[in-house]
Amino acid sequence: MNFDYNEEQQLLADSVRRYLAKGYDFETRKKIVAGEGCSAEAWAQFAQMGLMGLPVGAEHGGFGGGAVDLMGVMEAFGDALVVEPYLPLVLATRLIERGGSAAQQGALLPAVVEGRAKLALAHGEKGARYALDAVRVRAAGNKLSGEKSAVIGAPVADRLVVSARNDAGIGLYLVERRAVEVTAYRTLDERLAGDVLLRDAPAEPIGGSVAALEEAIDFGTALLCAEAVGAMQFACDTTLEYLKTRKQFGVPIGTFQALQHRMVDMFISLEQARSMACLAASKADAERDARERTRAISAAKLKIADAARHVSQEAVQLHGGMGMSEELKVSHTFRRLTVLAREHGDADHHLARLAAL
Amino acid sequence: MDLNYSAEELAFRDEVRAWLGANLPAELREKVESYAHLSKDELSRWHRILAKKGWVAPAWPREWGGTGWNVVQRYIFEEELGYAGSPPLIPFGLAMCGPVLLRFGSDAQKRRFLPRIYNGDDFWCQGYSEPGSGSDLASLKTSAVRRGDHYLVNGQKIWTTLAHYADWIFCLVRSDSGTAKRQEGISFLLLDMRTPGITVRPLILMDGAHEVNEVFFDDVKVPAENLVFEEGKGWTVAKYLLGYERMNTGRIGESKRQLAYLKRYGAHLMQDQRWRDRLSRIEVELTALEITNLRFLDRMRRTGEPPGADVSMLKIKGTEIQQALTELMLEATDPVASDPLSQAVRKRYLSMRKTTIYAGSNEIQRNIIAKATLGL
Repeated sequence: MNFDYNEEQQLLADSVRRYLAKGYDFETRKKIVAGEGCSAEAWAQFAQMGLMGLPVGAEHGGFGGGAVDLMGVMEAFGDALVVEPYLPLVLATRLIERGGSAAQQGALLPAVVEGRAKLALAHGEKGARYALDAVRVRAAGNKLSGEKSAVIGAPVADRLVVSARNDAGIGLYLVERRAVEVTAYRTLDERLAGDVLLRDAPAEPIGGSVAALEEAIDFGTALLCAEAVGAMQFACDTTLEYLKTRKQFGVPIGTFQALQHRMVDMFISLEQARSMACLAASKADAERDARERTRAISAAKLKIADAARHVSQEAVQLHGGMGMSEELKVSHTFRRLTVLAREHGDADHHLARLAAL
Repeated sequence: MDLNYSAEELAFRDEVRAWLGANLPAELREKVESYAHLSKDELSRWHRILAKKGWVAPAWPREWGGTGWNVVQRYIFEEELGYAGSPPLIPFGLAMCGPVLLRFGSDAQKRRFLPRIYNGDDFWCQGYSEPGSGSDLASLKTSAVRRGDHYLVNGQKIWTTLAHYADWIFCLVRSDSGTAKRQEGISFLLLDMRTPGITVRPLILMDGAHEVNEVFFDDVKVPAENLVFEEGKGWTVAKYLLGYERMNTGRIGESKRQLAYLKRYGAHLMQDQRWRDRLSRIEVELTALEITNLRFLDRMRRTGEPPGADVSMLKIKGTEIQQALTELMLEATDPVASDPLSQAVRKRYLSMRKTTIYAGSNEIQRNIIAKATLGL
């Protein structure tokens, strides 16, 4: 039993944090969001730090890392509210590494590791909510038609991994970004997303179906849990700081017991969420029994969804009017946590998933 | 990061589990599982079985009967006790007075009291709360005036758990009412419950059970040798106790057993999605609490430092979970059933409301975290 990051994991998390503090501080992030919506410079830095290669196998030039290896990085991303489409890259890459042909892997994975390839996962569709098999995009031979929604990173991706219905069920395909039409927009939490229209778009099949998607999305969910912990840690820290400095009635508002207890409850939610993020990442890496893995990850996401909602709402409330202001980072953390609570399934979805086990 | 117990820890758990399977008397386990009242003899019987095995006070130093287990082993042991459905080990001697004497007691006091606590020869109770001093414990008024070789004690304690069973009571008393800081006038005294002038009056709680009492002191003569540590240093002793061994306040083993029981008892409700969702949520809370508890243990084991104030969250979450499980149990009970178990479940619901109040109410636990952990 050991809850620490090992030395390598800690060093990586520290170096990512150091970079983000300088190169991705709140002001810089504002400019990125107001501009193109993501930063080529940050992407190159991430690649240089080895983040792209971390979850990729050594045979493709990566480091063969797992969810626990990425936890510290994801926490740092959550803290800094990184809007770069890193997770979609990890998910799409995972599907290619597990289902793609040797030729596909050889063509794509080294480029991913070097930061040259940008991949995204185009899976969600309108009305599907979180059901993995509610896919209506059709594959006719190697041509795909239909619509995918809210594809994070699609506007800047060069290839998409697309789920589509074929004669055998649901398959996964590689599609060139330029072969589809992308309507770009920003999500509630200021990330770059796009609706994707496919009209007989040429596609290459890769192996894997719903089970592969589920495994990849579970892995991604474990990473999201860690990212949420990073964001919640920031929300708690900055709210605590505010309680100690903001004065009303001649005293810091943190002297009021009504607020102290609410702050303590935020802190407890954060720690309970952190525990579940540890569980999710550990099980994503080491649990061979798919049922047990699913149970742990859904339990974690349920707790993290509840905690994200609790911590983010209280952070705004305890900041008073300032918490509503776009000026303060905490309001952006609120936006991110609101989305994180729902991304890859909200609390009710994961409750239902637990019940179905 | 590795959330699993080591092979040695698992072997230890299996050893404890197997021993409990063979040595926990079935009639005691059944009483615990059916929420029945346990008599003083039944509590003492279990205490003595563990004492004979050498497992009744694992955290004590080896020379006084401790097992030498590390914090993780002690945690595993306590969780297994709860999971097996063993009667509670009454903490006032083993986990409160004992550790206080080990830390602050004179050699004579240790030799006199510790073996009897260990063997269950003396039943102890705790005299802290007073009618006007609950959460604000330092306002206590029960007075102890030094008269030569003894103290004269006058006043009243309240909510004194199992005082009607007790041979001894340890008390916080005011030995000096003139100190600038009210904490400085408090002393820690040991009183023989048979001393003239002590009266125990039952307080019946809403479940009809007699568990707590009022204890009155009317010119009670207490030998000066029963003062623990220095006069006026009782608050230091009490604070030490607050920080001692609070790693099992989450009572996770016990809650796991309740949860498993609830799934059997409420099996007819598992098709009801609303019911199942409520159960799932509690189960997830319990998992989160267990891992949080293990994280604290891991930190303690690595740093060798005593638990921080943040372990108060174990008490808060642990008792919330116990109450939620009890409430669900109540709802699983057929509202028109009058069998003994259904009746016991209803009473348990009433009784378990105490958990968020006793041992430092959950609001006091939040005050502790706010002050000591968050610096508010």
